[in-house]
Amino acid sequence: MAHQDTMNETPAATTLTGAPPTDGWYGMVEDWASDRQAFRNVPWGKAMMWLFLLSDTFIFGCFLTSYMTVRMSTTVPWPNPSEVFALTIGGAHIPLILIAIMTFILISSSGTMAMAVNFAYRRDRARTTALMLATAALGATFVGMQAFEWTKLIVDEGVRPWANPFGAAQFGSTFFMITGFHGFHVTVGVIYLSVVALKVLRGDYERRGNYQIVEIAGLYWHFVDLVWVFIFAFFYLW
Amino acid sequence: MVQTAVIGDERAGVEPEHHEPKSFLTKYIWSQDHKVIAIQYTVTAITVGLIALVMSWMMRMQIGFPYSLGFIDQDRYYQFVTMHGMIMVIYLLTALFLGGFGNYLIPLMVGARDMVFPYVNMLSYWTYLLSVLVLVASFFVPGGPTGAGWTLYPPQAILPGTPGREWGIIMMLVSLVIFVAAFTMGGLNYVTTVLQARTRGMTMMRLPLTVWGIFVSTILGLLAFPALFVSGVMLLLDRVLLTSFFMPSIVSMGEPLGYRGGSPLLFQHLFWFFGHPEVYIVALPAFGIVSDLISTHARKNIFGYRMMVWAILAIGVLSFVVWAHHMYVSGMNPYFGFFFATTTLIIAVPTAIKVYNWVLTLWRGNIHLTVPMLFSLAFIITFVAGGMSGLFLGNVVVDVPLSDTYFVVAHFHMVMGVAPILVVFGGIYHWYPKVTGRLLSDAMGKFHFWVTFLGTFAIFFPMHYLGFVGMPRRYYDFSGINFIPDSAHTLNAFITIAALVVGAAQGVFLFNLVWSAFRGRLAGGNPWRATTLEWQTPETPPGYGNWGPRLPIVHRWAYDFSVPGADEDFLPQNHPPSRETAETAHGRPIAKGTMA
Repeated sequence: MAHQDTMNETPAATTLTGAPPTDGWYGMVEDWASDRQAFRNVPWGKAMMWLFLLSDTFIFGCFLTSYMTVRMSTTVPWPNPSEVFALTIGGAHIPLILIAIMTFILISSSGTMAMAVNFAYRRDRARTTALMLATAALGATFVGMQAFEWTKLIVDEGVRPWANPFGAAQFGSTFFMITGFHGFHVTVGVIYLSVVALKVLRGDYERRGNYQIVEIAGLYWHFVDLVWVFIFAFFYLW
Repeated sequence: MVQTAVIGDERAGVEPEHHEPKSFLTKYIWSQDHKVIAIQYTVTAITVGLIALVMSWMMRMQIGFPYSLGFIDQDRYYQFVTMHGMIMVIYLLTALFLGGFGNYLIPLMVGARDMVFPYVNMLSYWTYLLSVLVLVASFFVPGGPTGAGWTLYPPQAILPGTPGREWGIIMMLVSLVIFVAAFTMGGLNYVTTVLQARTRGMTMMRLPLTVWGIFVSTILGLLAFPALFVSGVMLLLDRVLLTSFFMPSIVSMGEPLGYRGGSPLLFQHLFWFFGHPEVYIVALPAFGIVSDLISTHARKNIFGYRMMVWAILAIGVLSFVVWAHHMYVSGMNPYFGFFFATTTLIIAVPTAIKVYNWVLTLWRGNIHLTVPMLFSLAFIITFVAGGMSGLFLGNVVVDVPLSDTYFVVAHFHMVMGVAPILVVFGGIYHWYPKVTGRLLSDAMGKFHFWVTFLGTFAIFFPMHYLGFVGMPRRYYDFSGINFIPDSAHTLNAFITIAALVVGAAQGVFLFNLVWSAFRGRLAGGNPWRATTLEWQTPETPPGYGNWGPRLPIVHRWAYDFSVPGADEDFLPQNHPPSRETAETAHGRPIAKGTMA
């Protein structure tokens, strides 16, 4: 992992022939085709994370497409998400309240993550660590509330992956599968961020002054948030 | 004469962080060296491929001689059909081309010291091995491996009555999910290495076509395997948790099952969204490798390098919009057929460009009939034969009567079974001297070639005829079926004999691999007088870090053969320019400052 850190300090790759830069479409093709790097000064780890996220996008894309397909092809009525995901708080029946709070928390965590990246590049170790741990804590809160939501659905309402009292069986199947897979991503992210945060605090990245790993972890985190926006829209608002 | 760059000033520097492993365990077992990982991948893939080969023997003996040599019952037959297909497509060809050839050649051909993340690369192999072990373990669980057919279509794949319904299907799906994880770890490495870790002067348009093929194929894998992953997870949930993603309401053996409202078609769409790009995941590395073999062994530059690159990219893009041509008879909306038949036929255009360019590369070349060249020529012939039958199957009205007959079996075996495996053989004969320092025996190689090439034609070409007379595929026993003529039975017996001979000939190949490692003729660094960087390493086999203290600097494309004015008939990519031999990119000499 470590050797990609050296990359940020090297000068921009130049073509051997020292061709003058070209603008527009040809310039883009030339940049792409130039020697050594297709993406100038993008460290290996960051390039690889982007590629992974592209691949992961296809996984979530397939999951969501499958969800839409089974929702459209099942003959049994689909449960009304506003009702299923409602909570009664202090006597008031509020639809989608839990999921609204969860979404707010997760989106907020993207904010703290962005700030952490900013402070990392300023080499402010204390604030970086604090903000990353805050991000991880918000993520953990999200997973905790998801556990609460699952428990309520399974224990109180009798929703199962294979059947539920509200309507189409695929409701429970897709819900547990997709939110479960997303929750798994959040959990992995919480662990990943915590490990990086502790390494920042310990000064592991200080020797080279290279904090790109914070940004790379941030990319993953923002991706997980972005996926949640789609899951939220397709699952809870449709 | 070879110009090099000093390391330490650039991203070359693996050394500051990594020390050369000394112990046997870190050097050969838990190795992070891409060359060792490549060999691990190759050996594992060939081993599991041999299992699939033996299974094809058992199936052929059942079909050819059901009364005298039918050793297997119908359950075993379906299990072998399934495992043979799955192993050959995924665990052999995909793993061998990307994990084997990709791992070995990418860093060497782009002038890198290793993959960008060697540790992840090592994890990729061990995860792959785990998936293979889970797959093989399914032979030993109660009920045996799944007999659902390699496409694993629900509902039949998980219904009672299908062999391996109890455990086999679960093991199969778990193994596939693990394989996707393994592939992703490796694939991210291959793509990042090609994009970001090339040496000085190695522009994208100077990459050997081998790298282009493997590179685009890996991108296809990263985007297509997610569909397999998702369909695998969902089918697993249907089987284990009784969800109804793919399972409609169904009565099985007189008993209504608990499933309701699922969509079997959804599985087919997901599966083929993976399955069709998978064809090109296997084919594109073969296209790339065969381009380099032909150019090197005909001592001539590849014809139309840029068109070859664009054709690879075009095939890669198009391969994602043709998947439902596997589903013309599935009951999907017929209007889909129009769209998918059109895209399918369009893909023939870039493919034909490639075939023409190979032939034009050979045209008036100085053709050396070495074993790699023989295999390359055989590839072109087999690929054209198999590709032509694809034009038949790509059209809906022709496909409907031909689907699920031996015509389909003939088509996909020739185009994505035999053709790529011929390139695998050609590639192994070509690069073995770099891996071991010794040449494979030429006599054994030629024997292996002729038996394999003529033998596979003897196996698969007659199957077109069997398909036309309507012989359905995947049948265990054809006796007593009136519409099948006697000639078809005779032909089946002939095919079986050919299959046994071809399979046995692979023993010669395996013996050659082992024997030549110790007794083969010493090869030297560049026995084929090839231009690409892997032949220019200071040591053969290449040592740890590949390049010694200095990375090579690239001055020309990979195909400077028979350049007028040059001393030899080839110029390595790191050969510095002189007055007679200017720098080149995609086949054209370039003057300083005008590189495009």
